[in-house]
Formats: sequence, structure tokens, C-alpha cells
Amino acid sequence: MAERPEDLNLPNAVITRIIKEALPDGVNISKEARSAISRAASVFVLYATSCANNFAMKGKRKTLNASDVLSAMEEMEFQRFIAPLKESLEVYRREQKGKKEARKDKDKKTDSEEQDKSREEENDDDDERMEEEEQNDDEEVDN
Amino acid sequence: AARLSGGENRLVSLPLSRIRVIMKSSPEVSSINQDALFLTAKATELFVQYLATYSYKHGRGKEKNALTYSDLSHTAEECETFQFLADILPKKILASKYLKMLEKEKRDGEVGEDDEEDEDEEDEDETVDEDVGS
Repeated sequence: MAERPEDLNLPNAVITRIIKEALPDGVNISKEARSAISRAASVFVLYATSCANNFAMKGKRKTLNASDVLSAMEEMEFQRFIAPLKESLEVYRREQKGKKEARKDKDKKTDSEEQDKSREEENDDDDERMEEEEQNDDEEVDN
Repeated sequence: AARLSGGENRLVSLPLSRIRVIMKSSPEVSSINQDALFLTAKATELFVQYLATYSYKHGRGKEKNALTYSDLSHTAEECETFQFLADILPKKILASKYLKMLEKEKRDGEVGEDDEEDEDEEDEDETVDEDVGS
């Protein structure tokens, strides 16, 4: 691997939120614990990717697909994830399909320019919101 | 399907772009299809939840209404599913405790738990008895 796991981090604010939502209300999470979980999550991604890639190679494919990832979960003994993952995937696929069709429809309309801009902005806003939340949440944690 | 907005109701919270960066750091990986990327991100969220709740449930931190590093490290060591994390979540020990351990080990060595030392002592005793005998 080119990078050490510590260099491939996930956003602190998001990790913290996921942990807080999973634990009972009011439970304190030390900074050390949060940082450790974040590192663990990165290692999980690497491990899952490596495992999924083995399945892709077995199937003589160069592109990782959904079934490779699901097989990896089985292999890593996270079978409990498979049902919720499949459910989420269904929703995700419908969402993606809906987006594509919406874009196609708008391309056909003549007065679609303004709508396109607002749609794109919506996507960008989400990303920006994530960054903003990161800053806000960091402040909360420090307090 | 309507696109859900708001932090908690989002389909996935972890940014796909960042997940992709981590996945691509694996040298053997050529390309990742969009579904695989989404599933990996979602799986990682489920993993974070699972690691946190498992560690809290089985750890001592909850005695003080907290999730501590020690709870996580304990999980990595005790639970087979999380053993792949053992190297990055090593057990920690207070420096003072470690120094005491070292001192104790040193003391135990001097008292003579070592077999060779015991034999030497017995020889000495025998020597002393013989002298007394004659």
C-alpha cells in the first residue's frame, strides 16, 4: 500500500455523529475513542476492498461490483450487514435511476437551464453542508 | 424515489469521494463500480455503529457513562470478528504501572524463582551440613 492507514481518514464530524446515534443518549465518547474508531473504519474499508477485490479477480473482472462487496462482508464475518445493505442498495439504485430520468426530462425542456442550476446546486450544497457540519461539530466536541 | 435531505435521514453519511480515495489506495484495485462504492460506504457506517455499540456493551466505560479507548481495545482483543483491528488498537498501560511491573519482575528474579539459583542454594546447604557433620 502506498499510504499508511493514518493518512486516509474519514471526516471526524460524520464519524462522531454515527457513533452518537448508535449509543444511548448522553454517553460520553472520549476523543481517543473517537479517533480510534475513525482509524478502525479506514482499516475496515481497506480490508473490505481487498476482500472484495479477491472475489472480483476470481470472477476475472477488473471492476469491483456490488456482489463482490456483499461476498466480502460474508467472508469477513459481518453477515449481519448483508440484509440492511441489500435494502439500502435498492433505495440507492432507485434514487440514481430517478436522478438520471429527471436529468433526461429536463434536458428536453427549453426553460430547463434555471432548474438544472438549482439541481446542481442542491448536490453541491449537500457537500458544502457536510464541510460546514464538520467545523460545527468539531466545536461541539471540544466544548 | 424522493431524495431525502437532512443529516440523519440521508441514505449514507460518509462521503463517497473519501471512501473511494481509501479504496483506490489499494494497489490491486483497478476500478470500482458505483454500487460497490455505495455499499462500501454504507457497510463502513454499519461497522462504526457495530464497533461502538459492541464495545460499549462489553466494556467498563459504561460504569461512568462513557465509551473509552480501553473498551475498543478490549473488543479488538476479545472478539474474533474484530481481531483484524488488534494491531491498531493495542492495549495501553500507564507508564507508572509498567515501571512497577518491571521492578516486580526484577525482584522475582533476585528472590530465586530461577532453578539454577535454587540448586546453588541447596549445594551451599549441603556443604554447610557436611561441615557440621564432621
